[in-house]
Amino acid sequence: MTDQLKKILLGEQGLVVIFIVAFALVSLLVPNFLTDRNMLGLLQSVVTVGIVACTMMFCLAARDFDLSVGSIVAFAGMVAVMASNYTGSIMLGLLAAIACGGFVGFINGVVIAKFRINALITTLATMQIVRGLALIASDGRAVGINSPDFYQLALSKLLGIPTPVWVLAVLFCIFGFVLNRTVFGKNTLAIGGNPEASRLAGVNVDWTRIWIFALQGVVCGIAGILLASRITSGQPNAAVGLELSVISACVLGGVSLAGGRATMSGVIVGVLIMGIAENAMNLLNIPAFYQYIVRGVILLLAVLLDNLRSSALGRR
Amino acid sequence: MSPPVLHHAEGWTPVSFLDFSRITKTYPGVKALSDVSFGVDKGAVHGLMGENGAGKSTLIKILSGDQHGDEGEIRIDGKVQTYASTRDAFDNGVIVIHQELQLVPELTVAENLSLGRFPASAGIIARRRMLEDVGAKLKAAGIDIDIGRKVKTLSIGERQMVEIAKAIMLDARVIALDEPTSSLSSRESEILFALIDRLRGEGKVIIYVSHRLDEVFRLCDSLTVLRDGKLAAHHASLKDVTRDQVVAEMVGREISDIWGFRPRSSGEVRLKVDTISGSKLKTPASFEARAGEIVGFFGLIGAGRSELMRLVFGADPRSGGTISVDGKIVHATDPHDAIRAGIVLCSEDRKHDGIIQGRSIEENINISSRRHHTRFGVLNRASEIATADTFIRKLKVRTPSRKQDIINLSGGNQQKVILGRWLSEQGVRVLIVDEPTRGIDVGAKSEIYELLYQLAEDGMAIVVVSSELPEVMGICDRILVMCGGRISAELSRNQFAEKAILAAALPDTKTPDAIAS
Repeated sequence: MTDQLKKILLGEQGLVVIFIVAFALVSLLVPNFLTDRNMLGLLQSVVTVGIVACTMMFCLAARDFDLSVGSIVAFAGMVAVMASNYTGSIMLGLLAAIACGGFVGFINGVVIAKFRINALITTLATMQIVRGLALIASDGRAVGINSPDFYQLALSKLLGIPTPVWVLAVLFCIFGFVLNRTVFGKNTLAIGGNPEASRLAGVNVDWTRIWIFALQGVVCGIAGILLASRITSGQPNAAVGLELSVISACVLGGVSLAGGRATMSGVIVGVLIMGIAENAMNLLNIPAFYQYIVRGVILLLAVLLDNLRSSALGRR
Repeated sequence: MSPPVLHHAEGWTPVSFLDFSRITKTYPGVKALSDVSFGVDKGAVHGLMGENGAGKSTLIKILSGDQHGDEGEIRIDGKVQTYASTRDAFDNGVIVIHQELQLVPELTVAENLSLGRFPASAGIIARRRMLEDVGAKLKAAGIDIDIGRKVKTLSIGERQMVEIAKAIMLDARVIALDEPTSSLSSRESEILFALIDRLRGEGKVIIYVSHRLDEVFRLCDSLTVLRDGKLAAHHASLKDVTRDQVVAEMVGREISDIWGFRPRSSGEVRLKVDTISGSKLKTPASFEARAGEIVGFFGLIGAGRSELMRLVFGADPRSGGTISVDGKIVHATDPHDAIRAGIVLCSEDRKHDGIIQGRSIEENINISSRRHHTRFGVLNRASEIATADTFIRKLKVRTPSRKQDIINLSGGNQQKVILGRWLSEQGVRVLIVDEPTRGIDVGAKSEIYELLYQLAEDGMAIVVVSSELPEVMGICDRILVMCGGRISAELSRNQFAEKAILAAALPDTKTPDAIAS
């Protein structure tokens, strides 16, 4: 019996099983959890983390690291608001935000891949630079959105489900496909598995890494736009600490920090587990201070589980 | 689980000092060891041989407490040994010396040997006492190493000595050596053998794992051969045993001529390398390889052969010279350019430069050639599966499935997968293989040679880099010898002579060309 249980928990789908059990338990034990309204709220609360986790998964899978995502999200949100206020065109604002995000990511990638600077250090630097740019551009204050159409991005619904949740779902699908079914995805995993062997097997390692970071920037741009729309302004201090939540969600979802191992389904589950934990704690009126502890404990447990799973698979 | 019933292989006496009895170990999908029993007496050097994947490493891991057998037991001096960890095995006097040595480079020899047991008072190391203790023990064992030197300044041979010294410091009863000579020069090996002889005289049990028959026959008193996780043979004495017999026991069949050389006619010049150089190869080097020809590169470690091949493949930046394939200049600044020009390289260091750990055989095969089958960067799953299956079958890769993580394969099978990676490429004209059979068992070796002959017959130019003289002499049409970063001699098959080749490879020789001719 315990052997059976062990096999399920440590198997490929162990995380999904844990998620289903946790979901069922929370549904039963926490009042008001399993309601339409709360479910939509939950999904909306994980949009930012979930979107950024899509590309963070690629970053980690290639043995890289990106700490600058929180700053890029804030900066892109700021650019979106200011550019659309200035030009009067929301479309131009959105494009500017995505372009800025992609540009910062591209710079990250070039510095890391071509100049061979450690990803942790590089993105630690850009994290500060970009946050500084956001603060300078807005003079440290929130910038309100002029056009009400911009709010509609976050408020509008399709088939009763808010647009940002659709965006999240679409990105999950796209990046799941990219990871498993494209050369880019496979090369990413190969680089994480063994960068030098991948290069000698003909993989263009430098450009793959640059693309990963550039994509990460673009996706942060999208997350920044949706966040600005939801909070109805560009906030230079938005999304502080986002990088840690995103990396936590990825690791929780079984992405190996040593590279070479990642699944989209795992990351989705990781994102949802983080969301559910927070949501349930809010419903139970657990003070925010305690929530930090719970989040930390969940992460530690996830890593321990991952470790057990690796040794069960006999991998070193 | 039923209690293990003792049933012994021939030649096994249950009163030996070290007894393995009915050891069985299963990994997911593979039975690594089944029902292996044998004994070793005190003061004996016992050889353990077998092809890769035969179960030698698993047995050693169980002995060292790193892994646990599913069934069976190990007894030392009649007492059943159960280890929770390698530390436990240590404390019981069982020490395994692995191929990857486990020393702290920044500490001195004396510190490494005292690690974990520093003589100290109030946490302050009694330096003098440490040096005296270590010095006395090493002197008694006849090991001559300056114990004040940092380990990082020692040669690999010296480091191995330190590892063995560690075993001596701990008063080991059983010492297992896993391929100890794989990275030693022959002089270093001799020192090691002398030390092993001395340990034998002191009544230690020594388990000697090796691929090299010469060494086993030179050193061992008794021998166990494993095949496919089972006991293939146990020789209590090596007196009446022949080498051919042991080889046959390892592979399960007779291998008469492992080279199986087949003469071929060669065609036009395929690869022309003209005065290329790089940061690790200062002297410009030039050579050619014809279609259908197998060209060997022999030399000592560090002679510059691998460096030259990496330049040809674009793995390291080239500072001058030209490379052409079929008369067309190749502007390769990166491996993917070289691959597109038809040059591929199987690197010497499989683990670091070849396999992609954590990914399946299928992905390891398709990583490069998949670009021929994709559309807008989207994979063609069907063709990837077909390619993987084709090469697993063609190259006889032993694996339960193409989805298997490559790390779980034996060295020979990993090498075949990497060959599969390049053979699945279209339009390969030049195949460079660097130490293609290093750490590979006899059976897989002759399969790889056969494959090279076939590819040459199909018109590929093949360059083989090897440190094994019999191998280059056995399979190549022409040999280029390198020494100290330059090509020192060139011999065609009818000129092959061990002496001339070795003379050209040794750095002391003043006029290698004169000797070669």
